[in-house]
Amino acid sequence: MEKVYLAVVLAPLIASIIAGLFGRQIGRSGAHWVTIIGVAIALAASLYAFYMHVFGGLSTFDGTVYTWIASDLFEFNIGFLVDNLTVMMMVVVTAVSLMVHIYTIGYMHDDPGYQRFFSYISLFTFSMLMLVMSNNLLQLFFGWEAVGLVSYLLIGFWYKRESAIFANLKAFLVNRVGDFGFLLGIAAILAYTDSLHYATVFERLPELADITVEYWPGVEWSLISVIAILLFIGAMGKSAQVPLHVWLPDSMEGPTPISALIHAATMVTAGIFMVARFSPLFELSDAALSFILVIGAVTAIFMGLLGIVQHDIKRVIAYSTLSQLGFMTAALGVSAYSPALFHLMTHAFFKALLFLAAGSVIIALHHEQDMRKMGGLAKKLPITFATFFIGALALIGFPGTSGFYSKESVIYAVAASELPGAEFAYWALFIGVFVTAFYTFRMLFLVFFGESRMDAHTASHAKESPKVVTVPLVLLAVPSLIIGFLVVEPMLFGAYFDDSIRVLATHGAMATLEDQFKGAWGMFLYGWTTPVVWMALAGVAGAAIMYLGMPNVLPPLFARVFAWPKRILEEGYGFDSFNNTVIAGGSRLLGRGLWQGADLRAIDGWLVNGTAAFVGYMARTWRLIQTGYLYHYAFVMILGLIGLMTWIVFIGA
Amino acid sequence: MISLSEFLIFGGLLFSISVAGIFLNRKNVLVLLMAIELMLLAVNVNFVAFSHFSGDIDGQAFVFFVLTVAAAEAAIGLAILVTLFRNRRTINVEDLTEMKG
Amino acid sequence: MSLYQILFYVFASVAVLAAIRVVTVKNPVHAALYLVLTFFSTALIWILMEAEFLGIVLLLVYVGAVMVLFLFVVMMLDVNIAPLREGFIRNLPVGVFVALVMIIELALILGPASFGLDIYPSPEPAPADAGNTLAIGQVLYTKFVYPFEIAAFILLVAIVAAIALAHRRRPGVHYQDIDAQVRVRAEDRVRIAELDADKTRRGDVAGDSKANQDKETS
Repeated sequence: MEKVYLAVVLAPLIASIIAGLFGRQIGRSGAHWVTIIGVAIALAASLYAFYMHVFGGLSTFDGTVYTWIASDLFEFNIGFLVDNLTVMMMVVVTAVSLMVHIYTIGYMHDDPGYQRFFSYISLFTFSMLMLVMSNNLLQLFFGWEAVGLVSYLLIGFWYKRESAIFANLKAFLVNRVGDFGFLLGIAAILAYTDSLHYATVFERLPELADITVEYWPGVEWSLISVIAILLFIGAMGKSAQVPLHVWLPDSMEGPTPISALIHAATMVTAGIFMVARFSPLFELSDAALSFILVIGAVTAIFMGLLGIVQHDIKRVIAYSTLSQLGFMTAALGVSAYSPALFHLMTHAFFKALLFLAAGSVIIALHHEQDMRKMGGLAKKLPITFATFFIGALALIGFPGTSGFYSKESVIYAVAASELPGAEFAYWALFIGVFVTAFYTFRMLFLVFFGESRMDAHTASHAKESPKVVTVPLVLLAVPSLIIGFLVVEPMLFGAYFDDSIRVLATHGAMATLEDQFKGAWGMFLYGWTTPVVWMALAGVAGAAIMYLGMPNVLPPLFARVFAWPKRILEEGYGFDSFNNTVIAGGSRLLGRGLWQGADLRAIDGWLVNGTAAFVGYMARTWRLIQTGYLYHYAFVMILGLIGLMTWIVFIGA
Repeated sequence: MISLSEFLIFGGLLFSISVAGIFLNRKNVLVLLMAIELMLLAVNVNFVAFSHFSGDIDGQAFVFFVLTVAAAEAAIGLAILVTLFRNRRTINVEDLTEMKG
Repeated sequence: MSLYQILFYVFASVAVLAAIRVVTVKNPVHAALYLVLTFFSTALIWILMEAEFLGIVLLLVYVGAVMVLFLFVVMMLDVNIAPLREGFIRNLPVGVFVALVMIIELALILGPASFGLDIYPSPEPAPADAGNTLAIGQVLYTKFVYPFEIAAFILLVAIVAAIALAHRRRPGVHYQDIDAQVRVRAEDRVRIAELDADKTRRGDVAGDSKANQDKETS
């Protein structure tokens, strides 16, 4: 099996190298063929591995393929840990990636950076696979940074746009903040367990459980909590949780396939994956779990609200992504790892679908992203509309769709938890469902229904996208619809994650859920009666009234009545201005202070020039002693002699 | 008999006189050189006196070396003086201020 | 008071008085002469202390050579003494004061309390056939042979340095340049000049042959 795993990882890497370095030689079609074949090989191998692990009874693989550094204290290895969790991620990543590859042929058709783009997304696939398949923290960190790098490259793919360069720099910097915590967490693990290998670390966790550390005198911290929170800070950066979420909406400057693949389906879920992977560690710290829960809930509700006021179709989906990531994080917080991963998977499909469908709209309108200039497209883009609609239903959790099963499980897991903050989180998510439904269908109605607000030229050219675009949409729409129904039972309540995830008996949210579970069909039927679904339907209804019923009356009215809240939302709660003025401005001020004060004045002024000036000053002063007259020197010598003699006579003797 | 102390004080007197001489003739390099010769002589007197009273010939050997060095010093000093005079037409120490900082 | 003491005090007084005159007289020539007197008296005192060799050396080397050198330089240089005497009176109090302080302090250190006869008794006079020169020679060529060599070397350096410093070339005076004479080569002295035979006077060929005939006949 090791060869299969290697094939999964190496096929996209080789394809990426070929497309990247020899793009000119192999041409445009060569570039997409080689990368698509590479990713297809990876998908096939992943499916084979999935089959072997899930149905073939293959036990967990945990092996080293290459030793990078071996010393007395530690070993740095490259190795694979393949269990049910990993194979699920492998399949999701390679499947979505393949769809995006195919879709890109249509979307990037006219772009001069065609080969470069394919090289990047293949490289991303490789990095993400390295991340999920890793069996140690170092390789995890490598994958973590590699996906960050590719994300940076792709956000700034159109590097001639100033906003793109700003956005990729922002993404990079904000991620560094998270990585700082992550790296500290890894370092702490290495320091206390002498190992980066997952299995070894988990074995030694009980030894750490009672250790407390004291960073400030008088304040004792549980070591596990410190490590868990540090690791989670890394996840906050990568998975865009408040307050490190600011980069994700801006990352929509990248091409739409990238938004689908990296900034919705896969990379941003790396944080969720990582926390689930480290469930044995997080389970030991209630404080860290509470922290995760609250952060997730806050992200879920408040980022969702922001989606309501956006006009850019991609930004609406981006805020929706943030909000859904908040749902996943909240689930992690209540130890409901399997619902979180379940939601991760379904979200990967339907969010990729939504993005790609939005991309299809954008192609049809010649790269117009403003929803105020759309409308009435349902007839012109029937396939896009249908798939987008399916994605929207899944996103709001309409009973029966994949999103319904995952989101419902998340919310009920949070409801069943007794962790501090769970009640707040429940209400946040509950309202979040309404918000999600509202902005989703607001988007849907604005884009596909109502009067057309396009100019005549665009309207006349708007037609359905080519097959390379629509086929991936359809292929993604299928799992968005049905995958929840199929896998909810084995994944959440079966033994699927038993080897990968450890939940303490004291964290009983999932156990409670399991007691109430009556099968996928039963859940579907029961779903119609739950307040959560009614909230979603209420959101849809609200959107319908506002944007279908009276699109010219209600929205302006609400905008006037809720002018202040609207403004707050449009400003994104001021995170950006806060970061710009306080953090960036403060950094600049600090830098200027250090430059002017420390560097120019203290170091250059006092230490460097000051030393020279002092020497010069002393020399100027002492120079006066050097009269140049022989007898002065002689006189001083004689004075010294007399002094010496006096000392001998009166003191020395 | 004459005590060691008297010989030493004789040397000390010569030394003090030469020190005073350096003060008094601070402009005349020639006399300065003579004063230095006088100082060396005073030191040599001490050497000889100690050698005599302790019955050790080494002190006299040392005087021999001091005389050698003093002769060399006088020769070079006078050569410098001649060169100096040739170049500046003066031996006034006050005119020699190239070393002034 | 024995003759020994009388001699010591006489020589010491002469030496001290002469030394005082060395640093006070106006004329450097007189100063040098007084210095000679000081050295002379001191040499006698050394001989009193049975350092006959050094006493003689002091006379020969210092009085005979060094002081003559001094006198020679003093007389050779046309020194204007007047400006050199400036400040003599002004510095007199300071000089005397410093000298007095030193004398007092030296006397305190060197007084009879530390170096009296009871502490350092007068040594037995050496027998008549005792050789001071022999004794010095013995240590000089055995114990101090390396310092002796070094001293010789210092003297050599002093000779070279003194010559290098004082030597000068006068413009307009011809010197014998032995280096150049030794270096000379024949090519530098004789130049072989190739001259064309004068073609306008071909008729002289006959004359030449005639001259040759003259040579043969003569």
